[in-house]
Amino acid sequence: MDGTSKSAGSPSRVVFALGEKAIFKAGDRVRVSTRSPIGHYRVPTYLRGKSGSVEKVIEPAAIDNEEESYGRNAGSKRHYYRVAFRMSEIWPDYAGSERDGLHIEIFETWLERAER
Amino acid sequence: MTHQHEGDDHDHDHDHAHPHAEISEGRPGYYDIMETAVRELLIEKKLIRADEIRRQIEVLDSRSPALGATVVARAWTDPAFRARLLANGRAACEELGISFYDDTSLIVIENTDKVHNLIVCTLCSCYPRPVLGLPPDWYKAKPYRARAVVEPRAVLAEFGTIIPDDVDVRVHDSTAMVRYLVLPKRPTGTEHFSEEELAALVTRDTMIGVVPATVDVARPAP
Repeated sequence: MDGTSKSAGSPSRVVFALGEKAIFKAGDRVRVSTRSPIGHYRVPTYLRGKSGSVEKVIEPAAIDNEEESYGRNAGSKRHYYRVAFRMSEIWPDYAGSERDGLHIEIFETWLERAER
Repeated sequence: MTHQHEGDDHDHDHDHAHPHAEISEGRPGYYDIMETAVRELLIEKKLIRADEIRRQIEVLDSRSPALGATVVARAWTDPAFRARLLANGRAACEELGISFYDDTSLIVIENTDKVHNLIVCTLCSCYPRPVLGLPPDWYKAKPYRARAVVEPRAVLAEFGTIIPDDVDVRVHDSTAMVRYLVLPKRPTGTEHFSEEELAALVTRDTMIGVVPATVDVARPAP
């Protein structure tokens, strides 16, 4: 996204604020950050560093649950994404079908663009 | 304050295969005492009123799997509603008068001949409470939360649900602001069932995804 989206109904001169538009889109490959913040978090540790695909952008932008837990809401709105992972990506010795998967919603600040 | 946990009848339904330790009725535990202390402080400081707590308990008590069953039966009989439900779970439930008092979103995922869905919250106990009420004890217990994402097929088998290899298993870990509800497959042989008869087949566990909906719902397991 270049921040000057020309989607239908939006005059081209409108510049969107950071975080206002979703950074990723369905089909994008993403990796979960390997950060280990102290305090309240909503991204399970078993997914840190794992790569998956964006299945869907959850609209509209929403407050970051992690910030909300400390009463910090203003300015913390970004998008959540439905992200799909292969079970075999998360667990190398996964015993079920190769097509089994895990789906979860992850806040934008936890996602990095992945090559594959 | 009253101590509403003491002396309650143990009328939880135990229609699952996971026996748990008896809920003790002895001295209140650490968290019981902390809850009471925080509650009494909040009331004393006039931040909330006792009546607000009572009212919220009333809200929670009014939500049960029967609501979810109504939603599923409607989806089975009304294709247009089904489409709206899968597009926006919350809005479709609101059509039926089910409010989302906790301001969560709802994604409804459909079981098909190709895909079986299972819901878990590995972090704590996220659950579609507006439509299903309170989660069962096993859903909040660590064994289910830990294992559902690691070996879902083994967990399902322990519920008596064997998923064939050519059916994909999708586990949905609800951890933030979205809640999930499984739309189970409509059992065969129910073509002439009324919406009400269909709703009676839809149990809580079918909407978590641990068992399929079946016409034998009232029959004890063999």
